[in-house]
Amino acid sequence: MKVKNRRMMTAPLAALLFLLVFPLFVSNDYYLHLMILALMWVMIGSAWNLLAGYTGQVSFGDAAFFGTGAYTAGLLVNHLGWSPWWGIPLGGVTAALLGLPFGWICFRLRGAYFALATLALNEIMRHIATIWESLTDGMVGIMILQTFYAPIDSPIGELSSKTPYYYIILFMAVFSVSTVIWVMNSKLGYYFLSIREDQDAAESLGINTHYYKMISLGIAAALTGLAGGFYMNYMGFIDPETVFSLHDISIMAILVGIVGGVGSVYGPAVGAFIMVMMQEAFRTGGFGLLDAFAEYTGSQFVATSASLITGAHVLGFGVLVVLVIRYMPNGVVGDWSRLMKFILGRFQRQV
Amino acid sequence: MDLFLQTLVSGFLKGGLYALIGMGMTLIMGVMGIINLAHGQIMMVGMYITYSLFALYGVDPYLSLFVSMPAIFVLGVTIQKYLLNPLLRAETILPENQVLMTVGVGMVLTEVMRFIFTSDYKSARTSYSNATFFLGEISFSVPLVIDLFIAIMMTVALFLFLVKTDTGKSIRATAQDKEAASLMGINAERITYITFGLGSALVAAAGTLLMPIFYLFPDIGGPFTRKAFVICVLGGLGSTVGAIFGGITLGLAEAFGATYVAMEFEDMIGLVMFILVLLFLPGGFKRITKI
Repeated sequence: MKVKNRRMMTAPLAALLFLLVFPLFVSNDYYLHLMILALMWVMIGSAWNLLAGYTGQVSFGDAAFFGTGAYTAGLLVNHLGWSPWWGIPLGGVTAALLGLPFGWICFRLRGAYFALATLALNEIMRHIATIWESLTDGMVGIMILQTFYAPIDSPIGELSSKTPYYYIILFMAVFSVSTVIWVMNSKLGYYFLSIREDQDAAESLGINTHYYKMISLGIAAALTGLAGGFYMNYMGFIDPETVFSLHDISIMAILVGIVGGVGSVYGPAVGAFIMVMMQEAFRTGGFGLLDAFAEYTGSQFVATSASLITGAHVLGFGVLVVLVIRYMPNGVVGDWSRLMKFILGRFQRQV
Repeated sequence: MDLFLQTLVSGFLKGGLYALIGMGMTLIMGVMGIINLAHGQIMMVGMYITYSLFALYGVDPYLSLFVSMPAIFVLGVTIQKYLLNPLLRAETILPENQVLMTVGVGMVLTEVMRFIFTSDYKSARTSYSNATFFLGEISFSVPLVIDLFIAIMMTVALFLFLVKTDTGKSIRATAQDKEAASLMGINAERITYITFGLGSALVAAAGTLLMPIFYLFPDIGGPFTRKAFVICVLGGLGSTVGAIFGGITLGLAEAFGATYVAMEFEDMIGLVMFILVLLFLPGGFKRITKI
């Protein structure tokens, strides 16, 4: 996973530069919100990728760690009166504290069995958060005051209240991706890869696979927990159905990894942006473009299909998932050369 | 004592249906080696077929078994043939792509049904839906007793099919060793279609049998998928006999949990059992029954 040459660094650095200046030019709350969500998914996706893509232990239960992080932040405010910002680092800690014993118990399971165990953990955590009303307020959820809600005055003019959140999550996302790069360049990374390729062979070479799988899970859980703590701060409201959601968090994390490219450093980062944009594009009917188009042409047909597409947005999303897994099993980054060949091949034929 | 017996009876009746759900999943697991996370969603589609027949033409839910099972068989074959098998040929890092594909399929099925039928609760209320009879102090729900009877018949039929027929033997051979089966001249790919179709038809049957007593909405699939894999893990993945025990155990555990612990814990009990079994009896009941 070593970054082999300088050319490979240019694209990520350019992307980072673009992300750094983005809120200075775009102060629209809605676009900032989408970017914040996408960056949050970069974190979760990278964490999932470390465990699944590099160590080969597919988790179906990332929401368990995400929700634990979010609830840590929320409960600190509700029960101890601390600032929710403590919830971000502590969320990472509690998620790791959940992940390590779970890993110690469940890493004796392999492959599909481990995936099922994580799925069960996800569901158990959701049930606990729902049933333990004296602690978590159950289905009512937790609501806190956001720190930043008014527009902020700055030398370059008024900035959106979301700008601080944007920079915080940008920093956290960069931190996550760097952690993954750092881990994969260290000795740990080679252990992880050897476990993914052949666990028995790794064991025979004297690698304590159980221990290293736990380390991988611990790091992944901590990063996911950090993202959860941020989510609580940013959204100001959580309930068991949103933060422990199997579909909206756990499966989404997998999709971010798969669409971007499993087992590649920047895969989940690319996947996160693609998935968030796709989800939003389906939900809003192409960011409202379809509606505008319908109004412009005055065509009843376009208007009807626009409302149908918006109405069935989850369906479109599901179909997309099926198509991606069917035709791009290694994701955008993994199948990049194949993808380019396909597009360029089309283009050349046309020329 | 009556409460105890009553709980035992209702848990056992529910367990019969769970066994049917679990057997479908475990067949697929045995032959393909994957967990079908669209299992409950396939059942949900079967339930909607039953519901439509009932609502449009007034067909009795039990009669619609003859429509829902073949229809879902075809659906299962299609999914396996065009979506799951092609993935085997693709070169990927993760072997779990097929499992993820079933997640996607489950999403699509749920949303298609929501698109057609909306999210409203539906039910097929028949004249016998609430009928009960008493043996001593214990009440038996008439539809659940019929369900158990049909479930037992189907299980016997399935076993006869697996043990006596050529196709059944091929399925078992493929489950044991795919490559060896191919070398013996079995068309392993065709067997995977049939197995997925069969597994889907079984769970569709369970859905249809539930229809007279249960309600229906598009998101009902997820919980049943989870129940199905709990049953399979209890019984031992790939073991058909185990799935029967697993189903009955889950039915009983849920019933006793709901009666003696608390109603809210009903769903959680299965999951806790699941983790406990994974820890202390990995391999499930298969370890004890050896089948």
